Amino acid sequence: MAMETDMESAEGKKPNYYFIWLVLAVLTAVEVALAYFSGMPRAVLIIVLVGLAVWKATLVAMYYMHLKFERLRLIVLATAPLPLAVILILVVLLEYA
Amino acid sequence: MNEATILSGGVRAEPGMRVYNQKLGMWVFLASEVMFFTSLIGAYIILRFGTDAWALPGIPLEEGGTPLAINLTAFNTFMLICSSVTMVKAFAAIQQGDQKNLRLFLSLTVLLGASFVGIQIVEYMALVREGFLPHCGEHLAALVPNCHLFGSTFYTMTGFHGAHVSIGVLCMIWVTVKAFRGGYTKEDHGGVEVIGLYWHFVDRWGWRWG
Repeated sequence: MAMETDMESAEGKKPNYYFIWLVLAVLTAVEVALAYFSGMPRAVLIIVLVGLAVWKATLVAMYYMHLKFERLRLIVLATAPLPLAVILILVVLLEYA
Repeated sequence: MNEATILSGGVRAEPGMRVYNQKLGMWVFLASEVMFFTSLIGAYIILRFGTDAWALPGIPLEEGGTPLAINLTAFNTFMLICSSVTMVKAFAAIQQGDQKNLRLFLSLTVLLGASFVGIQIVEYMALVREGFLPHCGEHLAALVPNCHLFGSTFYTMTGFHGAHVSIGVLCMIWVTVKAFRGGYTKEDHGGVEVIGLYWHFVDRWGWRWG
């Protein structure tokens, strides 16, 4: 993928940290712009903002926390609570669905 | 019983995970922190959807809104993003044995993190002066029956995050002082990596509140 090529420098596994910073900054600017100017229905806006936040968190975990380059066992350990967190949020949300 | 694996640089590693103990411990701690912050979000959802009235930014406080400034929060979020890149550059520097850039980027990270905490304190003081408290008081309670819930959740969530950042800054100062004393080398820099993991995690959760 083109983005992956940009994020990983020519040295191999070493990510291009400044490019990732730029992507994160742009995504944050998009979030603020959406909050101010989008005019989306509130429910849609929340879903879009959560999606952008998850995208940013994934970038940080993969490249700044180097999970992308860790062994599978550590990746499993690091991501183990995520399904539990999703279940907790979904269960709470379903209370009000 | 398995013998501990020895990684490059003489660092002892957990036999199963093949990472050194401090790093493994930090990941386990961060896993527990995910659930801690998720429980706060769950509490927010319960309170938010459990009431018809909820204070919203952009509406005057006297009409049941909040004086929260999205611009300031966005700026603070941007500072956290910048501190993330300085932190990871510090780690990349010591991986190459570059002491000068290690000290430079760690110092910048401390500066950005401390600025974040400082701005949050100033923001809290301004909010309190404007009457936005963890509880509403009688005049606002009459307008928005459950507005005290908003203040409580706001201060609880941002307060816990601010506390995490503050602890991170204190730890970062410790690591930076050690770096200035030459405490990290190309072969032994686990402390920089471990505090970096914590810092990036705190940054990520900071964006949630942003």
